[in-house]
Amino acid sequence: MKYSAPDAERPALLRTRGLVKVYRSGGVSVEAVRGVDIEVGAGEFVAIMGPSGSGKSTLLHVLGGLERATRGEIWLRGQRVDGLSASAWAVLRRKHVGFVFQFFNLLSTMTVADNVELPALLAGAPPRQARKRREELLAELGLTPKAGMAPSRLSGGEQQRVALARALANEPSLLLADEPTGNLDSASARDVLRLLSRTHAAGQSILMVTHDAKVAGLADRVISLFDGMVADDAKVMPAPRKAAPVRDVLELKG
Amino acid sequence: MRQPLLALLAKEPAHGYELKLALEQTFGQAYPSPNIGQIYVTLKRLEQDGLVRSQDVEQDGRPNKRVYELTPAGREQLAAWVQEPIEGPRVRDKFFMKLVLAPMAGLADRMELINSQRRHYFGIMRNLMEMQAGMDNASPAARLLVEGAVLHLQADLDWLERCQEELV
Repeated sequence: MKYSAPDAERPALLRTRGLVKVYRSGGVSVEAVRGVDIEVGAGEFVAIMGPSGSGKSTLLHVLGGLERATRGEIWLRGQRVDGLSASAWAVLRRKHVGFVFQFFNLLSTMTVADNVELPALLAGAPPRQARKRREELLAELGLTPKAGMAPSRLSGGEQQRVALARALANEPSLLLADEPTGNLDSASARDVLRLLSRTHAAGQSILMVTHDAKVAGLADRVISLFDGMVADDAKVMPAPRKAAPVRDVLELKG
Repeated sequence: MRQPLLALLAKEPAHGYELKLALEQTFGQAYPSPNIGQIYVTLKRLEQDGLVRSQDVEQDGRPNKRVYELTPAGREQLAAWVQEPIEGPRVRDKFFMKLVLAPMAGLADRMELINSQRRHYFGIMRNLMEMQAGMDNASPAARLLVEGAVLHLQADLDWLERCQEELV
């Protein structure tokens, strides 16, 4: 049962065709991504999973324009973007693509509030509107009391929430997340996943690279990468509840 | 089921239905709920083995209920159960048998087996995450049971990935 592509009437939010990324150093070339065709529909939450070295992060970086594809096509909102210059990508990202990374990447010399407000200002929003959006986001993610602090004074989980607020500041069409829980303790990871799940329920499209299998329980679809290629791509369907679900996993013997 | 019933009876004597309720209340909706028949059968066997004894207690206007209590032999066996470590990881994994043996007989393709098993695990993960989302007010035991299931499932998925790396 392959995932069926969104119909032609409603073009995919993101689509790739034969995407290849080769790294060359010295005389050696390594194919990190080897011919990937994927699609993300508007409002979908898609997880990309697979072993270390399967090309997950490279793929995400190429899709977000942080690295350039070697071959193949990338279409975002019906526009072909793989040939864009770095500056055109920067403009596109500001408007349409939010990024969350494993190590937060917050600006350490700015307050939490300024970190969240900056993207809207860079995108040309009037300061009053940028501040309003920032206040909404901080309240929504439970960060209002931390607004005036430096990011370094926050816990990892809080910093990731700030990074999420920043990524959502310009209401991006697509949120790209690279192992957002990879550096968090389990309670913080759960909080961040709950927030992501909530933003998805509110309509946010998300493409997330992750090792965390819990994400598969929240996503609409999981793409399994292996050796730079798509090994599987399937909607997540609840398992038939023929028994209490823990029975399959935990053997409760007496 | 034997030891959990003995453990509950070590706290106080009880009848079968009370034991069923106690298990459900402690472990929550994730626990594969024992049916009352299983509980009565187990209690009967425990009694035959001399680990519990029972007596009928009269009730006003209703049939008598049979109340069970632990015997000294039962208490001894329970103490041994508490002290012994529980068995280690499961090595008799049914999927692994299938993954190794079915392709040898030309019955299946390993990649397809892995993909369909992985989809099934993802579906179970979905069920567990839904269950977890509604458990903020559940008992710690009930929440930990689901968290344990999530962690085991994560390990099963990691193992599947290793099988994919080595066997496909």
